[in-house]
Amino acid sequence: MNMILPSSVLATPNGTTRPQIRIVIVGHVDHGKSTLVGRLLHETGSLPEGKLEMLKAVSARRGMPFEWSFLLDALQTERDQGITIDTTQIRFRTRSRDVVLIDAPGHAEFLRNMITGASQADGAVLIIDALEGVRDQTRRHGYLLHLLGIKQVAVVVNKMDRVDFSADRFKEISDEISSHLTGLGVTPSAVIPISARDGDGVAERTPRISWYQGPSVVEALDALEPARPLEQLALRLPVQAIYKFDDRRIVAGRIESGSLSAGDEIVIMPAGKIAKIKTVESWPVTPVNGSHGAGRSVGITLDRELFIERGDVIAHAGATPRDTRRIRARIFWLHDKPLAKGEQILIRLGTRESRAHVVAIEKAIDPGELSNEETKSIARNHVGEIDISLAQPVAADPYQDNPRTGRLVIEVNGRIAGGGLVLSVDAGQRAVPIDIVPVESALRPEERSARYRHNGAVIWLTGLPGSGKSTLARALERRLFGNGGSPILLDGDTLRAGLNGDLGFSAQDRTENIRRLAEVATHLARNGHIAIVAAVSPSADDRAAARRIADAAFREIYVATPAEICESRDPKGHYAKARAGTLQSFTGIGNDYQPPTQSELRIDTSSGSVADATDTIERMLAETGVLFDELVDLAANI
Amino acid sequence: MHLLNKESGGHGLQPAALNQASSAPKILAHGQLPPPSMDHLDELEAQSIYILREAFARLKKLALLWSLGKDSNVMIWLARKAFFGRVPFPALHVDTGKKFAEMYAFRDRFGKEWELDLKIEPCPPIDAVDPTLPPAARSAARKTEGLKWALTKYGFDGLIAGIRRDEEATRAKERVFSPRGLEGGWDVRDQPPEFWDHFNASPPQGAHLRIHPILHWTEADIWAYTKRENIPIIPLYLSKDGKRYRSLGDQDITNPVASTASSIDEILTELDGTKVPERAGRALDHETEDAFERLRVAGYL
Repeated sequence: MNMILPSSVLATPNGTTRPQIRIVIVGHVDHGKSTLVGRLLHETGSLPEGKLEMLKAVSARRGMPFEWSFLLDALQTERDQGITIDTTQIRFRTRSRDVVLIDAPGHAEFLRNMITGASQADGAVLIIDALEGVRDQTRRHGYLLHLLGIKQVAVVVNKMDRVDFSADRFKEISDEISSHLTGLGVTPSAVIPISARDGDGVAERTPRISWYQGPSVVEALDALEPARPLEQLALRLPVQAIYKFDDRRIVAGRIESGSLSAGDEIVIMPAGKIAKIKTVESWPVTPVNGSHGAGRSVGITLDRELFIERGDVIAHAGATPRDTRRIRARIFWLHDKPLAKGEQILIRLGTRESRAHVVAIEKAIDPGELSNEETKSIARNHVGEIDISLAQPVAADPYQDNPRTGRLVIEVNGRIAGGGLVLSVDAGQRAVPIDIVPVESALRPEERSARYRHNGAVIWLTGLPGSGKSTLARALERRLFGNGGSPILLDGDTLRAGLNGDLGFSAQDRTENIRRLAEVATHLARNGHIAIVAAVSPSADDRAAARRIADAAFREIYVATPAEICESRDPKGHYAKARAGTLQSFTGIGNDYQPPTQSELRIDTSSGSVADATDTIERMLAETGVLFDELVDLAANI
Repeated sequence: MHLLNKESGGHGLQPAALNQASSAPKILAHGQLPPPSMDHLDELEAQSIYILREAFARLKKLALLWSLGKDSNVMIWLARKAFFGRVPFPALHVDTGKKFAEMYAFRDRFGKEWELDLKIEPCPPIDAVDPTLPPAARSAARKTEGLKWALTKYGFDGLIAGIRRDEEATRAKERVFSPRGLEGGWDVRDQPPEFWDHFNASPPQGAHLRIHPILHWTEADIWAYTKRENIPIIPLYLSKDGKRYRSLGDQDITNPVASTASSIDEILTELDGTKVPERAGRALDHETEDAFERLRVAGYL
């Protein structure tokens, strides 16, 4: 009681500088959650004037004894059934803070509402009936607090009046629940004996619980900490939208962790595009300087035009989330129909949504029983670990690294059906369908390189049509083969006649064309060959994707022949057709070629011979570890 | 970000205050203010902006319900922040025709100054409304009917509404994204789960969603923010002859409360001491135990 001050003493009338803490009250049905909330409101002097009298009158009219829980059960349906159906939020004040109490239903039927309420909380109070002890829903709620990432939990053992305030009974329950919670990684901050109906232990320690030395419920609530902002973690800004309301192109989102400022070098995941923050936009004052931390809803502009979309995650270079198509998660399931292996689902991770399917299910259990492990499906209100294969790459963190970007929800038929924590992500790996077993080569890479005198590589020649890519590629192929190597030419147009015959020239098809080229080339490189790719590949993003696929084996050569020379050569007659308007989507006479800025080599074929250019390439390959140094000597011996 | 904070004080509709607020500079010189670390109002604001942007990203045809009251004015302000100055969807005023003159004056003025795409929709005559409801509730239910008309007319799939959990017990149970049935009804027994700021945003064909971007605010938060941001208000909220309106509805079913608070600061001090609920002056809340809930289930805000 003495924790509560008359409100006139408060220094700040509007509460803007007082910390606010949100606390959820959970536990088995009928163990007294609503009663505790009603009692807390009364003890803290937080009830609206006349409310208590009104409810007492309503009870009398209905011929029922007054219950504290009536305060909360404001809905007709709830009064009829005597249980809390949905979450209710009630506010009151203690000396040091504003408390928002979230009363969550204890009935198994309404677990989705318990989760809705509990997910908003900084801390939790788990209530247990002293007579009934730990029940299945007690355990289930304990488990869900762990899954929801709520680490601060106070336990109250209620209805001590029904067990004659027995210290032994209290200890029995206290031991059982403490060991259950500790096993889940949640250490209770206090275990408190109370009678919510009579008031013992709620605001003060009464003589009837004189054997108890710990805090009262109000004191325990006062000791819970508001959730800390996540500024210390690495920057994560999931993109909500791109706005072009005026001449600014604003990337909008909320900073989930870390902080950002104008001028920061950023990486846009999962594509890995790099840019710099030009400005941080706001209204009515804009732009704004300084650092913007976790929790802020911001809008930024970038120093370059990039394809960026809702669902991307902005991070700082060197501290990016992983890009993945494969996630392992520990989830709770709320849908009527069990989640089965092979099922198609929709995943929401940050602002990204992706179709996905469940590759495997492990450790599915009823957290109320904690037994009968299942591996085929996860039933409603049960939990389990699942492997998810995503239809597109997403940026994700394991939840231990970042609680905000390490959690996901699952949607079925447009309705949230479950959610959970990301346990691990397979970094940068393509999803492997379960029934495909890649067969490894019988040869080790060293065996091949010993024969060819080179390592595997992807030589990527990019440049305008007519710039000389194919000519250089063919000359290089001849040179390497002549030296005993194993070069293989992958010409963009040649592959379009077969493997890529289904693709046109839309941006999407071009991207897919490049992806396939890169995949095939990388496969050859991993097997010791030098794949020489000659492709216009106008999009810097597409080439960046190719570099990510081939990784360290990638060598980009920009064939930087001036455009007018390319057009004058016009080996395939494409420029002429495009000028005549009979060839659509032709890269060359528009401005749609994005020249590389960081290629390994730049060659202008308008000056110098093909042989000189080939020498230059060979030198680069030797310097960057593709060709073995002694190659030159070997050639001298022939 | 907080330029308007300077000595804004609690002046409600004094012409000077209005001019200052309405001529809020579009673009100021580069970065004059280092953003402070977040306080309670910053957190509320950031969360509301996040919700508004989610609604705009995920729904096809949105409208914001503008009741002209303090809450929906804050909501419009937040939408302007979320979208960098201009609200990119219509503001819908479902007009019972029985609002206070000051409210209509406010609407006409700020509808223009805030460059709102304002849509004014009338309500049906009282005869068209369920005669078994008590008189005030029946009158308020006209608004629900008017809303249904507007929904049919424009085909909105999302309506942004400025309700708050602390206003009233049934509102405390609301979701941020709250699905409505084909008839606009609210099935409180079957609300979908909503957590970690992931929202259910796929209403079935023909149904719509209510979006509640200030559900987590309190009455005191609204006033503190109105003051900080210097958002104009209707003068009826301030005390005149010992009375003021705490909540504004139709003229015939809204009563002022006894109050001497003649500035926002005084309102905040008053709220700090009061235990009288905000909607005490709203007749319809008190007619029967369940009148308000029946209204909400039928689609009332």
